[in-house]
Amino acid sequence: MLQVNNLEAVYQKIILALRGMSLHVPEGKIVALLGSNGAGKSTTLKAISGLLTGDGGQITDGTIEFEGEKINGVTPDVLVKKGIFLSMEGRRVFKDLTVEENLIAGAYTRKDRGNIKADIERIYGYFPKLDMLKGRKAGYLSGGEQQMLAIGRGLMAKPKLLLLDEPSLGIAPLLVQEIFQNIKKINQEEGMSILVVEQNANVALSIADYGYIMENGRVVMQDTAQNLLANSEISEHYLGIGNDEDKNYREAKSYKRRQRIVW
Amino acid sequence: MTFFLQMLSNGIVVGSIYGLVALGFVLIYRSSGALNLANGEFVLFGPYICLVLMTSYNVPFYLALLGTLVVSAILGLVVERLVVRPLQHAPTISVIMATLGLASLLAGVVHMIWGHSTKTFPQVFPPTPLKLGGVIVTPVYLWSFVIVIVLLIIFTVFFKYSKMGLAMRAVADDQQAALSMGMSVKFVYAVTWSIAAMVAAIGGVLLGNISGVSPNMATIGLTVLPVVILGGLDSVLGAIVGGFLIGVIQNIAGGYLDPLVGGGLKEVVPFIIVLFILMLKPYGLFGSKGIERV
Repeated sequence: MLQVNNLEAVYQKIILALRGMSLHVPEGKIVALLGSNGAGKSTTLKAISGLLTGDGGQITDGTIEFEGEKINGVTPDVLVKKGIFLSMEGRRVFKDLTVEENLIAGAYTRKDRGNIKADIERIYGYFPKLDMLKGRKAGYLSGGEQQMLAIGRGLMAKPKLLLLDEPSLGIAPLLVQEIFQNIKKINQEEGMSILVVEQNANVALSIADYGYIMENGRVVMQDTAQNLLANSEISEHYLGIGNDEDKNYREAKSYKRRQRIVW
Repeated sequence: MTFFLQMLSNGIVVGSIYGLVALGFVLIYRSSGALNLANGEFVLFGPYICLVLMTSYNVPFYLALLGTLVVSAILGLVVERLVVRPLQHAPTISVIMATLGLASLLAGVVHMIWGHSTKTFPQVFPPTPLKLGGVIVTPVYLWSFVIVIVLLIIFTVFFKYSKMGLAMRAVADDQQAALSMGMSVKFVYAVTWSIAAMVAAIGGVLLGNISGVSPNMATIGLTVLPVVILGGLDSVLGAIVGGFLIGVIQNIAGGYLDPLVGGGLKEVVPFIIVLFILMLKPYGLFGSKGIERV
């Protein structure tokens, strides 16, 4: 469904953020994109959704294909109509709009205005908390509630592919579980393909079908979510899911060397 | 008492027009965070177009007003395309300075085409004044008031319920997030500027009907600045309430204090009031402090 090939992107014409990034999101699946800070995860999502130019970035090489069609350089409003929706990092709800108005804003590009009311109710079904808060200004919601709203707002656009940028950022662990369970539910019930970028690898892989690990602007590892979780070396060094006692420095260095070969 | 009521009613009418012109400021501030210093010149353009249509082409007033709106909307679009859009990624102060330059340019164009003498509008509203409980109200005043109130209601509903109004508020709130919703920020800007220009033109035509058309009308841009600052730069309600407040205070101060000091106080009083209000409420009466999560 979504195919990213050898993507290269720069910021301010000099900072190379992506250097040959490739990934594939199959129809109806959840794909997790993991990696440390500055690996290029968010840049990848922005490039896919056409929002890179607003941040002073540009794609210099490679292609992005959505349903077999090349979509590099297409403006975000067209991409939303085509069915790609990015729920941005840090939630970015409209603070001065009410919860319900935020949801309506998500449906901006839709032609079937008559169904909006029913869809809002459907989202309240996924996130009952939003129903209680619907008249409140979104700026006064808690972080978790704002994240639910940001995801709900994305669903309102009825995308075929939903891109989620760090839905767990700054949210209590208990709520993170709830939100990710809902993401899974949305994926199953709506058949929506989801590409989720996360720092919290454990929770992301627990719902994902497939995972990619990024470092320095390219993918260094990819496998099914189960395999990634099962591979203890990977989970320790890339995903920070350590379970045994501290490793000493020499062992860490030997791993670094082997890592080169993996590329 | 009658004198007071007379001043009050004059103040309300003038204030309603202030509110309308202030609305133009607020619209642009909300969507782009920039202060449109050419707003006064936008006010200036409308009545001249209307006047030309009526006197040179003998178009009836209602059609002339419609024509004026169309021309103003185009003016707004052109300004957005040529001045604002190239500065989209520039700091806000650049946009503000650009509108300052634009103000000089528009004022110059008006001077060049129509000269600087005061022109009077042909009789549009019946001249016989009405007496409402001892207060004399001319139909021009009454009509201006009604038109402004209707427009303000329309705008409130537009912002609250229409798809475009929602998009304008969303863009004002978070431009990047609005882009990710598939909203075209360029389109929203274009609509905002043309609506602001139209609103200013209506204000100008009403003002022109009351006190004649001359390049001096552009000073309303300056008079209205205290209104928007008083009401809060980003509040539609604030613009309206601020407009009434300044209008009334100005007229009452003019009526009572001007004879004592030999005139001129009318123009100064609004700024004095604003100074005091800003000391107490730095964001204006209805301005949002901005929701910040800690």
